[in-house]
Amino acid sequence: MIVSKQKPFTEILATLEPVSRIFLIGCAKCATVCKSGGEEQLWQMQEDLTAAGKEVTGSLVIDEACHMLRVQRDLRSKGEQVKNAEALLVLACGAGVQSVSTASDRLTVAGLDTLFLGNIRRFGQFEQRCSLCGHCILNETGGICPVTICPKGLLNGPCGGMDEGKCEVNPEAECAWCQIYQRLHDRGEQAPLSAANPPRDFSRNLRPGSLKLEK
Amino acid sequence: MTSILRRKLDAGNFVVTAEVCPPKGCDCGEFREKSHALGKIVDAVNVTDNQGANVRISPLAPAALLLRDGIEPIMQLTCRDRNRLALQSELMAAAALGVTNVLALTGDHISFGDHPGGKPVFDLESVQLLQTIAALNSGRDLSGARLHGSTSFYAGAAAAPAAEPFEITLPKLAKKVAAGAGFFQTQAIFSPDCLARFAEAVHPLGAKVIVGILLLKSAGMARYVTNRVPGLKVPVDLIHELEDADHPLDTGVAIARRLVAAARPYCDGVHIMALGKEELIPDILAGLARDDDHD
Ligand code: SF4
Ligand code: SF4
Repeated sequence: MIVSKQKPFTEILATLEPVSRIFLIGCAKCATVCKSGGEEQLWQMQEDLTAAGKEVTGSLVIDEACHMLRVQRDLRSKGEQVKNAEALLVLACGAGVQSVSTASDRLTVAGLDTLFLGNIRRFGQFEQRCSLCGHCILNETGGICPVTICPKGLLNGPCGGMDEGKCEVNPEAECAWCQIYQRLHDRGEQAPLSAANPPRDFSRNLRPGSLKLEK
Repeated sequence: MTSILRRKLDAGNFVVTAEVCPPKGCDCGEFREKSHALGKIVDAVNVTDNQGANVRISPLAPAALLLRDGIEPIMQLTCRDRNRLALQSELMAAAALGVTNVLALTGDHISFGDHPGGKPVFDLESVQLLQTIAALNSGRDLSGARLHGSTSFYAGAAAAPAAEPFEITLPKLAKKVAAGAGFFQTQAIFSPDCLARFAEAVHPLGAKVIVGILLLKSAGMARYVTNRVPGLKVPVDLIHELEDADHPLDTGVAIARRLVAAARPYCDGVHIMALGKEELIPDILAGLARDDDHD
């Protein structure tokens, strides 16, 4: 899921400076799990904005804010409240914010910083395991992604900074290549790593991505 | 143009290299003075590339200036700051100016340096950079297109003999040699045992080994290096030796001289890191039997 975090309230307030009536939008999926844009955070935001002298005209938690048609439909259902607002403050990932800005002519304000595609370690603890690179090599690396877990994204083994199996960039973390070799070794595999991985084909990850499923 | 370093190593000569950090700025006067003094002592001078991820002049210009002064450079090149287009064009430029030795490095992470907010590139890494150099040497670029004049670099790579677990660093060293590394310059080594293990593992690969020797200037510096530099650990007995010394710098030179002697049977040369005390390099090398034509 997409991991996000609320921007500092002062920053949000500064962006909302020119407006006084605001409609709040959250997302029932990722932003709810991250406690950055669920029901609870919307209430809190409403309180804080009111205390700061703003008027909140209403609020809405969209089932998936990244779903553009749904956002359009749900906003329509809140017609008056949205119309009364000068700005829509969106507590959803950047994709959700853009569903809203596409569906409405109101000033749309992003209330979150969108961080990464995260795995959930346990409640409230998220870790990036995949950076959506467009060409998955997990089959060759024992199911551990060096593109993401190695801060340098190295494809051919550990860098010279690896020390006692730890990463030069974060000595708390295990070097991705130590994890990979250990995993392959435990499985009695090694062969796939003896040949050098060629330079990656970054054209497979050109932005903006798009995908249209065949009927 | 062919590499003199390569000629010497191929002939079985024991070589000595040292490194000089290019200036932060465009005034290369001090750099040239330092290198000039060094050039009389060593076979080749490494020109570092934004060392420690700190911005400095590109190694290309200082390397070319060394050539003008009659000193053979080993131009270091990191993947941290350039994508595959920039790396190839930098290499072609270096070849055009007469640079013959390149040390292919991945590079320290950008978070260590003076621009931690910058975007690290790592489009390629050391193994792939070596493949790139091999391609240019064969007269083609990475996409296979033919070049107008091919390069003829003698390519080298870095190695960290003391890194643990050692076994997992080996496949990468093998890949580096397979990708064209003719020599390794290692990180500083303090233990003959570790050196023996490294030499035993690397010699069958067929690359020359130039062992890193760091001049320990004081016990404080030895402790700093141990605590702060990944992969470097000064053994406690050496730290004690420096602590007990009346003249720690002399003791440091003596230790370095011992390490050079211990390294001699296992390697093809030494890479001396004297960190500003380059004038002591002759003392470190004193007693070393060198069979080359140094003048
Ligand atoms: S290689 Fe890594 S970043 Fe790429 S798709 Fe697979 S898990 Fe994701
Ligand atoms: S120590 Fe390992 S994980 Fe960290 S940057 Fe180097 S290779 Fe990557």
